[in-house]
Amino acid sequence: MTFEMDEVMDSTTTAEAPQAPERRGRTTLTLAKALNEGLRAAMRADDRVLLMGEDIGTLGGVFRVTEGLKSEFGERRVLDTPLAESGIVGTAIGLAMRGFRPVCEIQFDGFVFPAFDQITSQLAKLTTRHGGSTPFPVVIRIPYGGHIGAVEHHQESPEAYFAHTPGLRVVSPATPNDGYWMIQQAIESNDPVIFLEPKSRYWPKGEVDLDAAAGPLHASRVVREGTDVTLIGHGAMVATLLDAAEIAEGEGTSVEVVDLRSLSPIDWDPIIASARKTGRVVVAQEAPGHVSVGSEIAATITERAFYSLESPVLRVSGFDTPFPPAKLEGIYLPDADRVLEAVDRALAY
Amino acid sequence: MPPAQDFRATVRLLSEQGTLVESDQNAPWFEVVAGLSDVDLMEMHRHMAVIRRADVEASHLQRQGQLALWIPSYGQEAAQVGSAMATRPHDHIFPAYREHVIARMRGVDFMRIIELLRGVDNGGWVPSEVGNFHLYTLVIGAQTLHATGYAMGIALEGSFATGDPDRDQAVIVYFGDGATSQGDVNEALVFASSYQTPQVFFLQNNHWAISVPVERQSRVPLYRRADGFGIPSLQVDGNDVLASYAVTKVALDDARSGRGPRFIEALTYRIGAHTSSDDPTKYRTDEELEAWKRRDPIARFETYLRSRGVDDGFFAEVQEEAEDLAADTRRRTLALTDPPMAKMFQHVYTDPHPLMEEQLAWLQAYEAGFGGEA
Repeated sequence: MTFEMDEVMDSTTTAEAPQAPERRGRTTLTLAKALNEGLRAAMRADDRVLLMGEDIGTLGGVFRVTEGLKSEFGERRVLDTPLAESGIVGTAIGLAMRGFRPVCEIQFDGFVFPAFDQITSQLAKLTTRHGGSTPFPVVIRIPYGGHIGAVEHHQESPEAYFAHTPGLRVVSPATPNDGYWMIQQAIESNDPVIFLEPKSRYWPKGEVDLDAAAGPLHASRVVREGTDVTLIGHGAMVATLLDAAEIAEGEGTSVEVVDLRSLSPIDWDPIIASARKTGRVVVAQEAPGHVSVGSEIAATITERAFYSLESPVLRVSGFDTPFPPAKLEGIYLPDADRVLEAVDRALAY
Repeated sequence: MPPAQDFRATVRLLSEQGTLVESDQNAPWFEVVAGLSDVDLMEMHRHMAVIRRADVEASHLQRQGQLALWIPSYGQEAAQVGSAMATRPHDHIFPAYREHVIARMRGVDFMRIIELLRGVDNGGWVPSEVGNFHLYTLVIGAQTLHATGYAMGIALEGSFATGDPDRDQAVIVYFGDGATSQGDVNEALVFASSYQTPQVFFLQNNHWAISVPVERQSRVPLYRRADGFGIPSLQVDGNDVLASYAVTKVALDDARSGRGPRFIEALTYRIGAHTSSDDPTKYRTDEELEAWKRRDPIARFETYLRSRGVDDGFFAEVQEEAEDLAADTRRRTLALTDPPMAKMFQHVYTDPHPLMEEQLAWLQAYEAGFGGEA
């Protein structure tokens, strides 16, 4: 059943995608390069698209996601801004009022908080305050998550703050293909989009289909079929869940993996369908578990698939501590073993 | 700006007694004021006098339980009317939340402001339909960044410094003395200076951020803050509508013509409370209040207009219009109905959103279960 839904979803979006002038085929890119190509495509398609952020122009961003874009589009479309996150988002709001489609880069997850008022009290509410007269198509790109051994404020997962805020959309690609397409879809969205880039996945390569969109922006997707347990996650966690599924397979457990892709709104149908099929769900995330996206998923599955469940929905999260010093991140961040421990508990019910 | 700014004296063209302050220093400003016709001058008085009466009426409506809150502008009319008179129709105005008279001057029905403060709406108007008068912002200073971004957009489009008066645009943003301590205001000044935006920062220093005196915000006169950002600035008597007009006119012309952002500090005073929830007798003296009442912007300008030969008939006519607006506001406020419950789900997003549809449908079914609105 899930497989069929997946097929239907893909064929629908292929049909809706604009006809490309020529088939460009498939290529292999890192997520960072795929995002770069996605930004380039969006900027070529619409000259109201602007990039703004710290070090994104001449340097190409600290992760090089915007490399080469200033030389192609010029400093009027790729703005190396003053070092002030609230200023970046606040002026992006004004630019959106003028009809631009700004894409802001926040250099690291932990640096988004100086812009928190402009994102959650201004940007998120301005569409409704304007009574629908003015769209606010602002994308805020945030490299997020751990696994890179970095210093404090450079490894966090702040998604719950934004997923909790009405008026925002929140997405996170897990693969180069999703990165290439989702950044273009986020820019096309007429609403503010918090675009969370799993920085530990910037460098592994993956196949990118340059001709067909990866599905609607807010679709969740079954990325591995299974029958015994469903694992749900987003961003960098998806790769961990696939590793865990592979290990479990060797031990005789059939594991299904769902990539959330969108954290607000959440596309529930594939999730509920999978929960009904397997009856056991583990949701995993790098972020602290308390009042988190994983909590919302556990609660909603319990509400909508209660009679199908063989065990409680279990959460595997970062601990409810500040992100620890990097030498402890391997213990703090859920890995395949932590996920499999939860799988064992789910199967024991 | 003319050389007068270098002297850094407060620009005042009309004394507290309503007589012109003629001097070599003021001569360039009087040249600017000379562009105003008698009709313009009478309009300025009319705007100030009418909003003051409406402001008093709205305060009464709040006390009578009709409004959740009122934000008085009593005493600040000259800074607002003078600066707004200096804008062109295609300029963009980003208010704070006390600029009721400017809203009216650009075409906002006063009831839209009443509705905001009654709790019927959180926005109120469509800026492009009311002379590019943008929405009020209650988080102090946040709008300065929106204004700067908007001005960056004008600059990126090349809609300034062309010399074509039909094309060149500028932005003016209003904020208060308390707001100057906010990070956002300082970041807006950084961005404006960095990108040389066509923009005027118009600070109404009304001397009190609720209960905190301006001395707590700054140890230097606030207009001098602009120096550090590389933005030319000056201080004006904000209770002098002519001076407020003149300095803003020059600053906007500078901005529009590509000479960069400008910063004006208008010295004025909030005669009333911060809002209807405030009690200013707890933190300021009667002596201070009485001293500022003697500098009343409307009385001063009326004296000047009479000296120019404007007669009783005009002032009586203005008073009648003011009473009419007050009565009309009262009548229409009492007739206001609550918004439909669907309103809270509408326009949260521009594109369709599953939660909005799902939760509205649930609420409608729930309410229908009580025989209520479906």
